[in-house]
Amino acid sequence: MTKRQKRMAAVAALLLGLGLSAYFVLSAARKNMMYFYTPTDLVEHRVSEDARLRLGGLVTVGSLKRGEGLNVEFTLADCEKSLPVRYQGILPDLFREGQGIVATGRMQQGTFVADEVLAKHDENYMPPELAKSLKSADGKHNCAPFKSMQQAAR
Amino acid sequence: MIPELGHFALIAALLVAVLQLLLPAWGVYRRDRRLMATAASAAQTQFLLILTSYLCLTWAFVSRDWSLAYVAANSHSDLPLAYRISAVWGAHEGSMLLWVLMLSAWGAAVSVFNRRLPPDLAATTLAVLGAVGIGFLLFILLTSNPFTVNFPVPDNGRDLNPLLQDPGLVIHPPMLYMGYVGFSVAFAFALAALISGRLDAAWARWTRPWTTTAWLFLTGGITLGSWWAYHELGWGGWWFWDPVENASFMPWLVGTALIHSLAVTEKRGQLKAWTVLLAILAFALSLLGTFLVRSGVLVSVHAFATDPARGIFILSFLAAVLGIAFVLYAWRAPRFVSEGELALFSREGLLLLNNVFLVTAAAAVLLGTLYPLLAEAFNLGKVSVGPPYFNMVFLPLTAPLAVLIGFASSVGWKRARVAEVFRRARLPLLAALIGGALLPLLLGHRLLIPAVAGGVLALWMLLTSVQELWRRVRARREAWAGLTQIPRAVWGMSLAHAGLGVWVLGVTFVSLYSIEQDVRLGPGQTAELAGYAFRFDGIVPRPGPNYDADHAQVQIEHEGRPVASLQPEKRLYRATRQVMTEAAVDHTPLRDLYVALGEPIDKNNAGGDWALRLYYKPMMRLVWWGGVLMALGGLIAVSDRRYRLARVASTQPLSSQVPA
Repeated sequence: MTKRQKRMAAVAALLLGLGLSAYFVLSAARKNMMYFYTPTDLVEHRVSEDARLRLGGLVTVGSLKRGEGLNVEFTLADCEKSLPVRYQGILPDLFREGQGIVATGRMQQGTFVADEVLAKHDENYMPPELAKSLKSADGKHNCAPFKSMQQAAR
Repeated sequence: MIPELGHFALIAALLVAVLQLLLPAWGVYRRDRRLMATAASAAQTQFLLILTSYLCLTWAFVSRDWSLAYVAANSHSDLPLAYRISAVWGAHEGSMLLWVLMLSAWGAAVSVFNRRLPPDLAATTLAVLGAVGIGFLLFILLTSNPFTVNFPVPDNGRDLNPLLQDPGLVIHPPMLYMGYVGFSVAFAFALAALISGRLDAAWARWTRPWTTTAWLFLTGGITLGSWWAYHELGWGGWWFWDPVENASFMPWLVGTALIHSLAVTEKRGQLKAWTVLLAILAFALSLLGTFLVRSGVLVSVHAFATDPARGIFILSFLAAVLGIAFVLYAWRAPRFVSEGELALFSREGLLLLNNVFLVTAAAAVLLGTLYPLLAEAFNLGKVSVGPPYFNMVFLPLTAPLAVLIGFASSVGWKRARVAEVFRRARLPLLAALIGGALLPLLLGHRLLIPAVAGGVLALWMLLTSVQELWRRVRARREAWAGLTQIPRAVWGMSLAHAGLGVWVLGVTFVSLYSIEQDVRLGPGQTAELAGYAFRFDGIVPRPGPNYDADHAQVQIEHEGRPVASLQPEKRLYRATRQVMTEAAVDHTPLRDLYVALGEPIDKNNAGGDWALRLYYKPMMRLVWWGGVLMALGGLIAVSDRRYRLARVASTQPLSSQVPA
């Protein structure tokens, strides 16, 4: 091979490598993306039971029930709708009724079955996507679940 | 009075930073040596002023001065002294002050250690560091001033976030910042090379120890952060692919690539433009990391309170720095001509491959980190990219690196002899294959193909590193003479590569063979996990200095013999009313046993059943020991004699090897 051919081969190999890795990266990203939903989204629209998704909302005050072993049930609410959630395992330190949380899991016959529950470490901090979805029509955080949260804080 | 002094010193530091940019730049333009020389004293003055400011803020914390808003928000009268000192960097404002302190310290260090640099190169480098300093000092003074006064003065502070009240966090941020900020030196050198149009072996030799130093701090900082998260977050995880973790990992990947491409630039005079580009990118990614952490645009456990003004400032700063750097690069980089041809099967060829993989991996991490932001911007919905994505792209991109590392020392510069390379690879390859297959069985685990693959790669890296040292010892008649004759650069490289091997071994085993279980236990009850019996002996209340703890007793037995007695705690911090989990770990090099308290099943009855999280994690320690070995390797490499010789040898002015 001449120098020029060698260089062309190197460039072609590099492009092929880059193309392949770009393909891997994008397909991996597509497969592992999780969309964020609010209780209203899930109550009003049917979602495939195969899709793993994230659900954010406020834990309704008085809704936490413990079952056998480490099973817990509670409802998550936004400003309009609420949705029952089932979870087995240890709840995070900041999990409290009235607290905003993000749960990851799947829908199963109208119930959200969570395999992971996250509450933020700073109790004043709320994930921006959750805060945004919890705004009521006038843009303020003052709908019913928030009122219960303020009462719970007292 | 003291806080005012601190504030004043910070403003003075900004003025000095402006001088540090303008005077030497004017000096370089006019070729006036006296003006160029002002850069060094400006850098040192700037450091002393910021140090003063930093000490004033520390004093405010130590003396519980609630008249400062920042102190009142992040401290409390009951907070122990050590945490009052570390609380200075416990939140945004103070950690930015720590950041500029480190930046000015790097600048002062350059001015002290590189006195023998050609004056124009030294002056340009320090002027660039001055410009970066201006950006960050303005950021602090305009958007995040830690000396803002509180009125009326509260009776007490609101306490430091309990998560941060841990010894790991006392050292983790300063180390990480040293690394982050340290890449500014490589960046400044790169810009100086672009501005002067000169880039030769001597330039690479000056840049290398600074880059390696920054890298070793970053390695140490990331390792400490992982160790801290494991102990303090109570989830038993050591890496979460959290945006902020990624923010420190991307500069690490690019910095690692930079260390290797600098070697090629120094030894072979090739990859010059590429090296400069990497130096710019490493620093750009450090800045991007700061932006991601500070602006709160991404959801993260580390995210500080959001403030759009801060985000916009850093984003504009990032744009300005990158814009200038890339314009300079596009204009000047074509001047850097490589010396000779690059053969693929040579050390420089393999190092180029290493760079391709490292940079692609960094790009994949960048994409995964920014994807949610991009999706939101293009109205594709609110998306998050989870750890499976990162694992899926990261493994195939880094496994080839592990293979390459085994050839690090047997493949020579210029053109390697294939037969010789394979002759040397035979023994370690065979040993790695057998060892990798046996290891899971020896430790009593099921045989999994990924475990064997990981084990083989890890042993391959470890054995080839040891083989290189052994070969050099054997080359001398006396073993001791051989051992002491090995250059530190070789020690450093071997140690760092062996460290990566240890790390891969740890990661493979802990990811594949960990067992995790959440259990509900009453006092006296036992749970079985991986052949270990965990007996829960109930809870006793135990008050700490600023918290009240539920202190649990857990006895662990293995085949009837007691192994360990662990005391995990659940702490309620009094000032913030925050609950924290304090996990307890028993560890040997081969396994960790980890117990974290969940919650009492009945909130009002702490004497009843509790939820407990139990983990069995094989080879967990190796993950951190691997990181420590890598950082240690960097430290030894930096102390190599030839960098000191290089400083002496560089007294005569540089002859330009590049047609200007």
